[in-house]
Amino acid sequence: MSDAPATSDGHVTVGTTDTASTAPAGRINRSEVAHLARLARLAVTDDELDLFAEQLDVILGAVASVSDVAAADIPPTSHAVPMTNVYRADEVQPCLPREDVLAGAPDVEDHKFRVPRILAEEA
Amino acid sequence: MSDLTRMTAAEIGALVAGGEVAAVEVAQAHLDRIGSVDAQVNAFLHVDTAGALEAAKAVDTARANGTVLGPLAGVPLAMKDVVVTKGLPTTAGSKILQGWHPPYDATITERIKNAGIVMLGKTNMDEFAMGSSTENSAYGPTHNPWDLSRIPGGSSGGSSAAVAAFEAPLSIGTDTGGSIRQPAAVTGIVGHKPTYGGVSRYGLIAFSSSLDQAGPFGRTVLDAALLHEVIAGHDPRDSTSIDGPVPPVVAAAREGAAAGSLAGVRVGVVRELGGEGYQPGVLAAFDTAIGTLRELGAEIVEVSCPHFEYALAAYYLIAPSECSSNLARFDAVRYGLRVGDDGANSLEEVMSLTREAGFGPEVKRRIMIGTYALSSGYYDAYYGQAQKVRTLIARDFAVAFERADVLVSPSTPVVAFGIGEVVDPLTMYRNDLCTLPASLAGTPATSVPCGLSDGLPVGLQIMAPALADDRCYRVAAAYEAAAGPLTFPEVTA
Repeated sequence: MSDAPATSDGHVTVGTTDTASTAPAGRINRSEVAHLARLARLAVTDDELDLFAEQLDVILGAVASVSDVAAADIPPTSHAVPMTNVYRADEVQPCLPREDVLAGAPDVEDHKFRVPRILAEEA
Repeated sequence: MSDLTRMTAAEIGALVAGGEVAAVEVAQAHLDRIGSVDAQVNAFLHVDTAGALEAAKAVDTARANGTVLGPLAGVPLAMKDVVVTKGLPTTAGSKILQGWHPPYDATITERIKNAGIVMLGKTNMDEFAMGSSTENSAYGPTHNPWDLSRIPGGSSGGSSAAVAAFEAPLSIGTDTGGSIRQPAAVTGIVGHKPTYGGVSRYGLIAFSSSLDQAGPFGRTVLDAALLHEVIAGHDPRDSTSIDGPVPPVVAAAREGAAAGSLAGVRVGVVRELGGEGYQPGVLAAFDTAIGTLRELGAEIVEVSCPHFEYALAAYYLIAPSECSSNLARFDAVRYGLRVGDDGANSLEEVMSLTREAGFGPEVKRRIMIGTYALSSGYYDAYYGQAQKVRTLIARDFAVAFERADVLVSPSTPVVAFGIGEVVDPLTMYRNDLCTLPASLAGTPATSVPCGLSDGLPVGLQIMAPALADDRCYRVAAAYEAAAGPLTFPEVTA
């Protein structure tokens, strides 16, 4: 399975491009797990692909029952207790000391986080 | 002095405040207890002996200097390892955070310290709070003090086991889908999930942000209430924190126990939380508890919440979706593990190798389910639909609370099962059947012990409307006083 294209709204398409509001059947196979793992930055092993394909298919089959509920005119709830956006005064606050934060980093250079290369060198 | 580890937090606090026992002595008694039983129980990931004795000494010094101590000053506490503690290891039960020392304290850590509570150490848990048995910890399972071959519940199983094994009178748990109430139930202690927003999430390592809520464990309802009052209240550093008064939970616990009556209280039994899939021993203990509530004068009514049957499906879409986003922060750059940084691998490859090595199987499963459920094309069918089901569950609660002041159910369908006994993920998820509705609705709920089934504890869940946490405590305290205490088993070295 090739890398799925990102849509204009920034979402990434997995599997079919079915946009119906019912959960799709025949949910997930080995190559889809490989794709999900790539999206989630998990370098899963071959054995895990088999295990997770089987398990995710069962789990997704069970949770698909949410689509049995007639809820077309029901508003979604994101947070249980209704609240509006919270603002604070735009004032400078002290932040954590830089060295305290860097102390937990896996690699530090010149008082900064050192990261592996981010640009490909090959053509 | 009788054994300090057998006392309630309220008793210890009174003795320390009255100068009858030194906080250092209390701390040492609990550290000794940890030393003698934790090799069997494995409740703690890290014991902070020096820090605990230092904090206890500060309490004794403050008292000697004339400071009036709060009700929990000098009382030891075990902290779930998902709560950040400055300078103390914090792993959330994951290999990916092994060796990390947070540079700051969570708000609840600060409040606990400011109350003079003595933090003994950090407790074991399912990795990133994902699980119902504490078997998903990267650091080995915790054992239930009632039967060391069984699970202590999860995800806050180290915290529940520590209290049930008399290693601490109090502990902190976090509850996303039942991770306080289920471990409380299976270890025979009291646990309360506050109203969402009642306790600050600042400094909790996030799992599912719209559901996560920290709360207290204790061996008595009053102890849990005393700790609740310490940690609750508005925090500007958590944008979902409720800016309002803390429910009067301590007063409610005291009144409930003293009144010896629930006359005028309408208790709703939720028809959908029982029956098939529930162990007969659990249902029998629950029925006995209903009888006790009726004898206390409560009016028992049956209520129906038809959408609760979809709670499991909605939860196992919403929580994995939010976790897939929250756990993106473990990127091998700013903290924790880094694997494969050999100069040849790219940042993205190092990230993938690190996350593969650092996360356990349940965390990977949930990240991938969440990634799937949030994908374009599936979003409406899965995450969007789950959020609508959440609305319907909240409406079921609203209708039920018109007929009842509190709702009750068993806290779990089954008693503690054997370590290694449940391997299928879906079977494990069903442990949360009773606790998920209140999680999704953001409403408060307590689990209080209601007897034994074949020698293992059963929990009674008491649910109240949002912001009415005090009702849970009042009913739980009245029930506890009428039912009498459990006799805890002896864990011996």
